Amino acid sequence: MFRRLEASTAAASAGTVRISVDGVALDCREGDSVAAALFAANIPACRETAVSGTPRGPFCMMGVCYDCLVGIDGRANQQACMTRVRPGMAVVRQMGAREVAR
Amino acid sequence: MSTAHETLACDLLVIGAGPAGLAAATRAAGLGLDVVLIDEQPAAGGQIYRAISTTPVQDRDILGADYWHGLSLIEPFRQSGARHLAGAMVWAVNRSDDGAFEVAYTTTADSQAGLLHCRHVILATGAQERPFPIPGWTLPGVVTAGAAQILLKTSGVVPDGTTVLAGGGPLLYLLAWQYLNAGVKIHAILETTPPGQWRQALPFAWGFLRSPYLGKGLRLLRAVRAAVPFVSGVGALEAIGGERGHLARLRYQAGGETRTIDIDQLLLHQGVVPNTNLSRAVGAEHMWSERQDCWEPQVDAWGATSVPQLTIAGDGAGIAGAMAAEHRGRLAAVHAAAALGRIDMATRDREAAPHRAALSRATRGREFFESLYRAPAQFRRPVGDTIVCRCEEATAEQVRQAARMGCQGPNQMKAFLRCGMGPCQGRFCGLTVTELIADEQGRHPRDVGYYRVRFPIKPVTLGEMATLPQTEHSRSAVVRFRK
Repeated sequence: MFRRLEASTAAASAGTVRISVDGVALDCREGDSVAAALFAANIPACRETAVSGTPRGPFCMMGVCYDCLVGIDGRANQQACMTRVRPGMAVVRQMGAREVAR
Repeated sequence: MSTAHETLACDLLVIGAGPAGLAAATRAAGLGLDVVLIDEQPAAGGQIYRAISTTPVQDRDILGADYWHGLSLIEPFRQSGARHLAGAMVWAVNRSDDGAFEVAYTTTADSQAGLLHCRHVILATGAQERPFPIPGWTLPGVVTAGAAQILLKTSGVVPDGTTVLAGGGPLLYLLAWQYLNAGVKIHAILETTPPGQWRQALPFAWGFLRSPYLGKGLRLLRAVRAAVPFVSGVGALEAIGGERGHLARLRYQAGGETRTIDIDQLLLHQGVVPNTNLSRAVGAEHMWSERQDCWEPQVDAWGATSVPQLTIAGDGAGIAGAMAAEHRGRLAAVHAAAALGRIDMATRDREAAPHRAALSRATRGREFFESLYRAPAQFRRPVGDTIVCRCEEATAEQVRQAARMGCQGPNQMKAFLRCGMGPCQGRFCGLTVTELIADEQGRHPRDVGYYRVRFPIKPVTLGEMATLPQTEHSRSAVVRFRK
């Protein structure tokens, strides 16, 4: 589990951004990546893999490993670590392989 | 609906806004070149100075002076006149017949693709963490030390509960020090550096003793050692999942004993390696580094590659650290200005002299580190069920078996096991696959080779490609019948 440093919360002149994760509201710090917001909310697994269906979470936080793929506002396979939270953003965890179209 | 990007043109494109890229863009603009700096992140800084202008961790004693040094690159860049294309991911760099480059990128906020034309490219794409394949490294709860540090820098997010750092290399100790400064508790640091490794490093000790970073490094290490339990000579590591398939326990071997502990977070680090996907895809020659057990592009003292008008600066041209990166960036900029005819050779050499001297100071003592923290073979060449390719979940034994069956190399391994064919495009398995084939077939990694990397170097949707501006050339390329 992860937490936010008190020092950083105090220094956060930045506002709060409300997103949803699998339909549940989540308040994040403005400027957070989706992946950072998930860690801070104690959600270390953001998907289940396409190959074996095992849980997986962000690993490198720098856009290299592609383990943090989530659905964002209806688009699949978005990198949670490379996407900043926006008000009203709807994040869904990806379970298994993507479908071509729905 | 967003509108199409206007096609940009410039003399010099710098890819990557870390220390090398920032310094290169600033220096080149100062020499009168029209410069664009393009980078994936929303703000400049790269990974080492990530979020330097936005971090919520404002107490400067937490991240330390070396981090805040990054500010000295940001302001000069802003004043330089170079354009900054932020939040833009480059996925193709093509050299056209007239020697100019056409570069394709996507702006991540609106998934809009654009084109850019330039006459010289400086790659400053930096490093990534070396793959550290241990059993269970794919479990949620296991992240790289670099990832944990990015969480700290960008969002002030830190581990809570029982946290173990494992592996080797300066970043592991730096992160531990920053956590201590922030009041974060670390359960233990497990060092995989073999006992006696210092003997290999000893021949390089003279350079290290004259290194400007020696004092700072030792103070940092002393502070960490005083506050955190260390386990040295760890020979085996295994992350074990619990009920939900998340990390629950860590098993490790040290001093002839095996121990298992309950943990919440495992932060792994085994050094960094150059990020070579782009330099490979452009067609630059690469070679195997014996000292660092990784591939690096073949560059001269300016960073110039085997591809005309393509230069590489910073850790992407071979690991030498952040301070060296900025000097290498300035050298590359001076070289680019000469290569584009902006300055003559005499001016180039004169302008470069202070940067060469600074680079030499900054790299003093590097061999000692490289030798001391060389990644142990058992953590580079895994066995059994350990996953090698995280994307396609190919295991070490599968790769080894294919190699024993006579698999010719990494590219044929893709056909056998799909390893390297997932979205990360081999970034977290390529080195391991090369080494496993080398291991099984008794060959040198240099002879085994690497994946053939092609554009797009990051996954792009057809929809994004379709947003590229249409030109007469692009239309004629796909129109079959002409009237």
